Formats: sequence, C-alpha cells, structure tokens
Amino acid sequence: MSRLSSGQRHVVRFTLNGKPCSGEAEPRMLLTDFLRYQLGATGTHVGCEHGVCGACTVEIDGNLARACLTLAVQADGCAVRTVEGLAPAPARLGILHAAFKRNHALQCGFCTAGILMSLDNFLRENPKPSEQEIRDLLTGHLCRCTGYTPIVRAAMEAAAELAGDLAKEKSDA
Amino acid sequence: MKPAVFDYVRAEHRDEVLEGLAREGGDARIIAGGQSLMPMLNMRLARPKTLIDIMRLPDLARIERKGGDIVIGAGVRQAALLAWPELGKTLPLAARALPWTGHVQTRSRGTVCGSIAHADPSAELPLVLCALGGEVHLRNTKKRRRVTAKDFFAGMMVTARADDEMIEAVSFPADRRACAFREVARRHGDFAIVACAAVVTENGVRLAVGGVADTPVTQEFPRLESSALDDALNAFAYELDARDDVHASARYRRDLVRLIGADLMREVLS
Repeated sequence: MSRLSSGQRHVVRFTLNGKPCSGEAEPRMLLTDFLRYQLGATGTHVGCEHGVCGACTVEIDGNLARACLTLAVQADGCAVRTVEGLAPAPARLGILHAAFKRNHALQCGFCTAGILMSLDNFLRENPKPSEQEIRDLLTGHLCRCTGYTPIVRAAMEAAAELAGDLAKEKSDA
Repeated sequence: MKPAVFDYVRAEHRDEVLEGLAREGGDARIIAGGQSLMPMLNMRLARPKTLIDIMRLPDLARIERKGGDIVIGAGVRQAALLAWPELGKTLPLAARALPWTGHVQTRSRGTVCGSIAHADPSAELPLVLCALGGEVHLRNTKKRRRVTAKDFFAGMMVTARADDEMIEAVSFPADRRACAFREVARRHGDFAIVACAAVVTENGVRLAVGGVADTPVTQEFPRLESSALDDALNAFAYELDARDDVHASARYRRDLVRLIGADLMREVLS
C-alpha cells in the first residue's frame, strides 16, 4: 500500500507518447493540469472539468479517458497518449489531421484535440465504421462551431484512407 | 473546479481497503473508475479526507457465473461488461442499456459497481439492477452481506451501504426472458430525463422507471388489454414522485413514462 499525503507533492512517472516523463503532483492534481503545467504538453485542452465536453480526452494504456476525471497519481506507471502523439513528425499532418483540414472539421479548434484522440482510438479498433457509429462516438464530445457534419465527413474519409493504407501494407508484406 | 485536498491511498490488497474504511469511515471514499466520483470531487460536492484507489487490486475485475447469477466485481469497467461475449445471452437487458450509460469515452474507465455506488436516480445501471432484482454485495472487516437492489437505493445518491463497507460486487440474476429498454435524454449518453426497462415475468411485465423519482421505481403489471394497460400506466405515472428540473417538467416526465411504458410493455409481450 502506498499512501500519498495531501499537502505534499509526489513524483509521478509515466510514458507520454512513448517517451518516459515525470513531474510532481499533489494527490488532488488532475491529469489535465499535470500534462499542461508539469509537462508543458498543452495539446490536451481543458473545457468543463467534469467529464461532459470531451476536450481533454486522452488515451491511458490504450483506452480512452477524460484527463479531467483522472488524477495524475492514478496515471503513475501507465502509458499515456495525447494529441501531440498523433503527428507523424513535427509540423506534419497525419491522415486524420489532413481529413479534418480538408473538410473544415474544425473552426476554433478547442474541442479538436479530444475528438482526434477518440477517432484515432476508435478507428484502430473499427476500421470500417458506419456513419452512425461515428456519430455515436461523437456524442462524447461537444463542438459548438461545426455542427458535427464536417467532423463526421472527415472521420469517414480518414477511415477509408486508413483502411486503404492498411490494405496496401498487407499486400506489400 | 479542482478537487479539495485529500490523501490518496493506492491499495494493493482488499484488507487495506477494509481497514482504511473501518478506520476512517465516512471520511474515506473508494475510487475505482472515477467517472461518477471525480465530477463530484471537481465540483467539491464530495470532500473526502482520503481516497482509496482499488483499481490495482488483482482480483476485483472479474465477471463470474455463480449458479443463476452473474457476479460483477468492483473493478469491472462498463466497457468490459459490454464487451463480455456472454452478455447478450445472459443479461440482454444490460446489453441493451449499457450503450446508453455515459459515452464510449467514459465507459472505458467507469465501473459497473461505481455507477451503482453513486446511485444517481437517472443512471441506467441502478435501473437495470432494480428491473432484474439484483443484489449488492457489501463487506466490512467483520462480515459480508447482500442487499437487494430495492433496499440498496434509499434515496437520491443515498444507499444502504454503511460507511465502513465496500461494494465487492453486484450480482444480476441471469434472465433471458424478453426485455426492452428505452431512454430519452438531451444527448445520447447523457443522464436520462426518463429511462424505462420492461422485463417479462411469470404473470405479466415488470416495468422499471429511472430519472423520475429519487430512486428507480419498479412495478409489476399483469397482462392487460390495451385500454386497461393505459389506465394502469396512467395510475402508475400519477403516483410517481416526479420533479421539475431545467431539462424537463414533472408532467413531461410522467407523459414519457406513459408513452414509453406502453410501447415497451406491448413490445415485450408481443
């Protein structure tokens, strides 16, 4: 058993997008704040802070999670992925990014980081999603700019492109 | 919207959890998936002195068949139950209701027992537990006991759990009889304005309603003809202790119970 006392900061270590990292957190520190203020990873956005808006959605050990409903100390020893991990290289767009750009699937961009994480996770498990499945996934996110239609279009395009890429990889092998 | 201060205990053994609860009682809260408790902490509606994290206990994330029951341990996430291959065959009502429990992004963390511990009157899992007549398995340092769903939910977010008890598991009797579930919410996955579940019984139908009163409400109905059914539902809806909130009036909630209730009962009996 380990007891982390309230008044003190404790070392928290996990891998962020594959790289080991560490920082200090009081038990009450949310993963959102740890990512942004301890690690400087400001790609994860903070919206409602009670799990409704979806802007802070990240992946913990391969599963989607609201970073605002996760304590930093709970992520200790886990593999955390954030939107920063989606770009293939600095200043290069991945397939999902490019589809969002092409379809005007973002305007202010505040909700986008979380939506990209949800779609990246979902499309990995569901390479041929129906539009209804994508819409169902998006109920976990609030976007006040786009009306969702361009996001759905971008997701379907990205899914088709990713499936094509996977087919190509398989035939190459 | 940040939590107030608390100590955080990462439990590695069940005894540590039980001893912690025995020592600290109501000042300690168990955290599992955190999808109900964390919003309460962030909004400071809950201010425990100690949080006891049970998600690293090795044996809590089990789904087991014991006799006629499906026993779901305190560490089983909602997504894991939804993905359990036998869910549709053993608990078709849960299979229908779970996709309405939060969103993909919260089911991946939230646990089945956590939702039941939280006892939100509009949550789907307490409704399913009531509709099927399930039980909550409680334990403190001295003894274990089981409480029926009906007795467990005592009021809005109030349960029969004593401060020194942990929920070890919940059990649902496997029930393959015809069932139906429907919900009206602002957004798929939000808390229900009204959620209804109907299950065929020996003599008729059991209807369970969530989102209307302080706890899920169940009522047995005999097999009734169309107009008699409408009358019975009308009386049932009238008796419900419905309330107004920003999303819907009490009257609208009663109307939904009448309409959805009638649809579901006809559906399961046909």
